[in-house]
Amino acid sequence: MLAAVATMTAMGLSLGALLGLAARRLKVEGDPIADEIEAIMPGTNCGQCGFPGCRAAAEAVAAAAAPVTLCPPGGRMLASELAELLGVEADLSEMGETTPMVAFIFEDQCTGCTKCFKRCPTDAIIGASRQIHTVINDACTGCDACAAACPTQAIVIRPRPDTLQNWHWPKPADGLDAAAAPAREVAA
Amino acid sequence: MTKFFPLKAFSGGAKLFSIKGGVHPKDFKALSAECAIERMPAPSLLRVPLQQHIGAEAEPIVKQGDDVAKGQPIAVGRGAVSAAVHAPTSGKVIAIGRFVAPHPSGLPVATISIRPDGEERWAELPPPLDPETAAPSEIAARVAASGVVGMGGATFPSAVKLNLGKRFTLETLVINAAECEPYLTCDDRLLRERSEAVADGVFCIAKALGVSSIIVAIEANKPKAIEAMTNAVAGLAIEARVATVPTRYPMGSEKHLVQTLTGRETPARALTADIGIVVHNAATAHAVHRAMRYGEPLISRVVTVSGKAVRRPANVETLIGTPITDLLDHCGGLSEEPQRLLLGGPMMGQPAPSLRAPIVKGVNGVLGLTAAECRRAESMPCIRCASCVSVCPCGLTPLELHARIKNEELDGAVEIGLLDCVACGSCSFVCPSNIPLVQSFNYAKGKLTQQQRTKHQQEETKRLAQQREERMARIAAAKKEAMAKRKAEQAAKKKAKEQKAKEAAALKAAQEEAQSGAQEPAPGAASAGAAAAAAREATAPNENPAQKRDAAAKAAPDKTEAAQ
Repeated sequence: MLAAVATMTAMGLSLGALLGLAARRLKVEGDPIADEIEAIMPGTNCGQCGFPGCRAAAEAVAAAAAPVTLCPPGGRMLASELAELLGVEADLSEMGETTPMVAFIFEDQCTGCTKCFKRCPTDAIIGASRQIHTVINDACTGCDACAAACPTQAIVIRPRPDTLQNWHWPKPADGLDAAAAPAREVAA
Repeated sequence: MTKFFPLKAFSGGAKLFSIKGGVHPKDFKALSAECAIERMPAPSLLRVPLQQHIGAEAEPIVKQGDDVAKGQPIAVGRGAVSAAVHAPTSGKVIAIGRFVAPHPSGLPVATISIRPDGEERWAELPPPLDPETAAPSEIAARVAASGVVGMGGATFPSAVKLNLGKRFTLETLVINAAECEPYLTCDDRLLRERSEAVADGVFCIAKALGVSSIIVAIEANKPKAIEAMTNAVAGLAIEARVATVPTRYPMGSEKHLVQTLTGRETPARALTADIGIVVHNAATAHAVHRAMRYGEPLISRVVTVSGKAVRRPANVETLIGTPITDLLDHCGGLSEEPQRLLLGGPMMGQPAPSLRAPIVKGVNGVLGLTAAECRRAESMPCIRCASCVSVCPCGLTPLELHARIKNEELDGAVEIGLLDCVACGSCSFVCPSNIPLVQSFNYAKGKLTQQQRTKHQQEETKRLAQQREERMARIAAAKKEAMAKRKAEQAAKKKAKEQKAKEAAALKAAQEEAQSGAQEPAPGAASAGAAAAAAREATAPNENPAQKRDAAAKAAPDKTEAAQ
């Protein structure tokens, strides 16, 4: 009896001391969830969510002050990832299938003022002073920063054009079989 | 589970292994099987796309208005996986732009348009290369320079596959002449009419790979091709045999063919090279033969034009870049509006987006199918009959895959083997409810690839954004530093100016003193001397601003960076 009490007490004390030590030694600075969220955010700090930059947005999402569907460039994919990370149910129905957008510059209206490429968070616009600027589609996130800066409204944000690389078959609709199928005649 | 039992009745003695599943569609090969290969004259305009292969788009090396000779390279491969493109005939480059691709999307692709001059003037071709004496790398280099790609439809650059010997220990070369798709007869005709050339090409490929044995696999429904090839490969210096494989779709699928011939299964998402086997198409072997023995690049290919909507089905040796409409006209045109116009076979072929789209290196057939030849039926709910499961050659459960994809559970579909699907279409072919099974798998695979691309792109843009942020911080720091330097410089200048003014004042005072004190020279001279010394001392700090300027110049790279 005495031995058991002594053992339990000793164990309780030593484990308690260990926990206390661990709490001090392994103390976590800041919010690790916000870091994780920031890591999967687009990171372009475009501000479309209304927060100043991805870090602020990540903190807001971590604090449940913003919905997981807040990021337009991240789209549905990011929203579902965030929902999974935070273990919340995301209402993706409202979000719809976001089409990826890119900026496009009408060359006849571009004056080469360089205002847009100074704003671009991903250096997706190339050009020089008094030269027509153009957008590198692969680097553009469609964040709208350039279109807002353009003094001649020469920039529009439009859906990313299809190329042979990113095109894929649409989902087959139920009903009339729209794709190729040979007549089901079997060799004798 | 794979059943292993010998099928000695086929193969002429050697043991064959059975594969799971497969279907027996009526082959309709009789429409064109007895039509000898005919050469089609150059059309009035050729549209040569720069992306006729898997990999990076080729880079044009000619300009609009250039005269090109037949076989002259007009675009070179870009990167490790790419293929060169050559002028199919002599003529003038009339445009380099974007034109509808022979791809179901019908999206435009970079294309060089050539107006043939009708002279068929050949460019200077490289000298013939003897496979007996050439190094494997030389053979691969020649094949790469000739723009040869896999002509069975996959269009993977052949030279890359010829270099596999460097990375893998290879034993066997399999030549895929199964031609299991209904309607298509182009490989059959090629084997019958040009068996010696194909056999020589096979030998060249075997030499490049360094393999010790060759198997030419032909389906049992092509007895004449089997006979011709058996005779042709008998004389080769490497052990070669013709294997007659059962007529069953999809026998021509690379991994299934290898399994039939050797009984060995290729692991999921691995290459057949991982189990020591490389598969090349028979038409590719023919192209390699032309490249090696004649230095001719791949500028034409045999295309089967068939289907009941085509007036005169034929096997036509067509220049790359010939518009589909010209090829159909050569074959008497269409007798009726086809229900489907396909590029490739009826099982895996893709709809032609436009009659103006050109024939490219990977197109083995142009089929005009009438309504009677196509199935167009309402799709019904799945009755879970599992017909699709029993015919799937990959051992998948198409009905379950389809159900998951329908609910957008793409990851769930991947879990049960979506990526192992070879898109052969056997499941759609047998489905009694006409469910678009393979179509939804194609959708899901495309969507997954797109998601991956998007993810990769987001990572890239994130990296770009971070780099920009770092650069901006660096520029800001450099600006601050430069500003501080300039301030220090200005302060020093000001100090120097004050010093100068003081000095000047001191000098003036000294002079005045000297003038006024002429009567008492001794102390005046002494004070003048002291003033001069003070002035000399005062010039010393003047050097400091100069030094500062040097330091500023050293810091200038920062400034130029900031300017950039």
